[in-house]
Amino acid sequence: MNDRPGGAAPQVQSPEIGGVLEAPPGSGKRYERTGRAAPPWLWAAGLLVLVPIGVPVASMLARVLGASDGAWDVLFNARTAELVLRSALLTLLVTTAATVIGIAAAWIIVRTDLGAPRLWGVLMLLPLVIPSYVFALSFLAATGPRGLVADLTGIAVPFLDGLPGAWLALTLSTFPYVFLVTAAALQRLDPALEEAARGLGASTWRVFRTVTLPLLRPAVGAGALLAALYTLSDFGAVSLMRFDAFTRVIYAQYAGRLDRTPAAVLSIALIVIALGILWAEQRTRGRASHYSHRPIRRPTRHRLEGRRRAVAVLFLGTIAALGVIVPVTVLVAWVVRGIDAGEQIAVPWNAVAGSVVGSVLAAVLAMAAALPVVVLAVRYRSRRTEALERSVYVMFSLPHITVALAVLIFAVRYLGPLYQSLALLVVIYATMFLAQATGAAKASLLQVDPHLEEAARSLGKGPFRVLRDVTIPLIWRGLLAGGALVFLTTMKELPATLLLRPTGFETLAVRIWAAADELFYARAATAALVLLAVSAVPAYVLIVRPKDATS
Amino acid sequence: MTTAPEPAIHCHSVSRRFGSTVALSEFELVVAPGSILSLLGPSGCGKTTALRVIAGFEDPDSGSVTIGERTVVGPGVSLPPERRRVGMVFQDYALFPHMSVAENVAYGLSSGELGRVYEVLELVGLAGMGDRMPYELSGGEQQRVALARALAPRPTVVLLDEPFSNLDAPQRERMRREVRRILLEAGATAVFVTHDQAEALAVADMVAVMREGRVVQVGAPHIIYARPSDPWVAGFLGDRVLVPGTAGIGQVVTPLGAFPYRGRANGDVQVMIRPEWIHPIPDDDGAATVVDREFYGHDQMVLLELPDGQHVQARIGPRPLLDPGDRVSLGIDEVVVYHGSDLAAPPVVPPAD
Repeated sequence: MNDRPGGAAPQVQSPEIGGVLEAPPGSGKRYERTGRAAPPWLWAAGLLVLVPIGVPVASMLARVLGASDGAWDVLFNARTAELVLRSALLTLLVTTAATVIGIAAAWIIVRTDLGAPRLWGVLMLLPLVIPSYVFALSFLAATGPRGLVADLTGIAVPFLDGLPGAWLALTLSTFPYVFLVTAAALQRLDPALEEAARGLGASTWRVFRTVTLPLLRPAVGAGALLAALYTLSDFGAVSLMRFDAFTRVIYAQYAGRLDRTPAAVLSIALIVIALGILWAEQRTRGRASHYSHRPIRRPTRHRLEGRRRAVAVLFLGTIAALGVIVPVTVLVAWVVRGIDAGEQIAVPWNAVAGSVVGSVLAAVLAMAAALPVVVLAVRYRSRRTEALERSVYVMFSLPHITVALAVLIFAVRYLGPLYQSLALLVVIYATMFLAQATGAAKASLLQVDPHLEEAARSLGKGPFRVLRDVTIPLIWRGLLAGGALVFLTTMKELPATLLLRPTGFETLAVRIWAAADELFYARAATAALVLLAVSAVPAYVLIVRPKDATS
Repeated sequence: MTTAPEPAIHCHSVSRRFGSTVALSEFELVVAPGSILSLLGPSGCGKTTALRVIAGFEDPDSGSVTIGERTVVGPGVSLPPERRRVGMVFQDYALFPHMSVAENVAYGLSSGELGRVYEVLELVGLAGMGDRMPYELSGGEQQRVALARALAPRPTVVLLDEPFSNLDAPQRERMRREVRRILLEAGATAVFVTHDQAEALAVADMVAVMREGRVVQVGAPHIIYARPSDPWVAGFLGDRVLVPGTAGIGQVVTPLGAFPYRGRANGDVQVMIRPEWIHPIPDDDGAATVVDREFYGHDQMVLLELPDGQHVQARIGPRPLLDPGDRVSLGIDEVVVYHGSDLAAPPVVPPAD
């Protein structure tokens, strides 16, 4: 987006990340067959991306359905019912808080004259880089009898753990998704609609409630959906916070027993819940998804004066402090503490190598796998290609621990040498996070005039040549951004790595989690700071740079 | 008579639907080699789909297309676009934004044909502009590049989709002449799609008028203009006056007078006259009255009232200046007679008096 003349248009959106968040392919559109049919090799490549996760999950489902009645007992007891309630409660609380914070922050930054929208926008997005278990680690390390707060003030605060701890960590991890899509949608919103409502005598609040919010509904819904799925799927934060959510119990079942059937049964239950949320969001979205795409005029910004201004600054400041400043400060303080205490503090190079190698390979593979999916989805749009796109998004929505467990069970049985191989781990990373690559690349490809490819074809070049000469060069930026996003997400990934990593293969995520779980906070903090440092590169590309690169 | 040359393009009974919309319905088209044919029709008549089927971007539901001697699509055959030797010029030009002008033009050539790049750039009047990037060019220049790129690999046919619609009016007039010159000089067979009848008549050797997925009339511009096959085509190609008439033996009687007629129709017919075929002559005893006039400078349109109260338009030169109320008698060059549903009946025209 270009800066419009006459002042600083807020630049808080990251188009590539936005592409992912808005990617859940909407329902209710009717497509007609157009153009030539997609070539079979393209379909083959497109369907291949579904295999690494689709086959193991289907196999696990078959196994669970075919299991003896006894296996189902794990599902129908009081403890599981409690588990469902706990996970549901956490998901509800996190999603609500993330949605409120995300919408409020977006509205303040985009629609008021608070100033410095760029800076605030970046501060609201930076928590995306911090894994949920690093939030958990920093809150645990700050509280409790030996925590930083107790050190500084002499007051022994209790540990911030359990439900409140998990809630805070996950809210901070997920509100940026809501913020990002809402801010982007607010900028696209035709200000005339709101002005018309004002002209009819409605108050600011009434306009927001009756006009703005309903128009933002699809964007907010997509962000909230992601927050809910993220929470349901999270393993790192709930396990460090010792909050018995579904994922933590699945892991305990997996780790504590030789028989994997109970863990598989719980996994299938969790998958069903995740798909239920996905389905419910799609159903309620209805036909509201036709918001105006006319960023013609800059909207008038609401004046914030006196106390309102102070409240706005305080609100954004608190979020930025909790989301970025506090965690980093706590981590640094613990590293210093560890050094003072004579602990062996060293950069865990083998974990750095593991994280970087795994993430780079996953990013490259995801970029390659995204191409056929995106070309099918954009250039051969039909119900079938939409189903493919939707399947990729469903794979992204599945809780990682359930995917990992399914792959593990399948690999042990059928894949022999691939079991516990780096190759398999990378393939699973790339497939789980493929939706991020396809979302970003799709946003780019939608900008490319299809006549360019047709012109190249009629100049005598075959489809592969055209892909290489025309399509890829023109969507390169989006593809790369998608790769950066996959890199970032893979860096943070924990449960699948725990289950599927080769013996001796370590990543920063595993190191942080294991050290924090055993209360070696200084060591965990070191690894966490290294992880943030490595993530800074893709974060810069995705969050800070977009404005510089496009204006 | 010599034998007719093999057509450069032959579309036979091509049909294509999009869902419930029929884009092409048993579409027939024959294009002679070396000629420029215009596919003319209102928007939504299927003309762009026809072009895309010929180029290979759409597969028809049925029917076949032959380019040169090769069937490119038909039962069991569908050559991909890159094997059809068809040059395409898009409405939005579709120049590769990441390549220079020369790279764009060279894209369809093998690496050894650099000389050809300069040859075609010269042909389109852009010699020396090879290093420019597409965004540095004006609309007209972009169009020349698009044309050069399409012509460079010496395609069997060149297809142009609404080639002038992205240009402003003065540029459009110039590019019309330019494109015609370039196509003639290149000896290319060309089909261009347009909804603008003036453009079609001015640029093409042959015009094929399309409606609702089929070609309703093909002919040289001056012929289809003077002998439209039905009143709709007549109205689409230009201004028309339609009056009721009664056909009898040897003549057709209209409010504008009786005209010799040798058609088969008997009874009620429709009679079409181009406004410029009507010549009002100042005459105090004339049967028609001038009601109004629009003066355009190079000519004028005069609105006349006939004795029975009907209004007809006449297009005349800048002189004489007729004023409302003036009485005139009418000289009429020719008329075209349409009979009932038999719209394709050959019109019969009397000699000018």
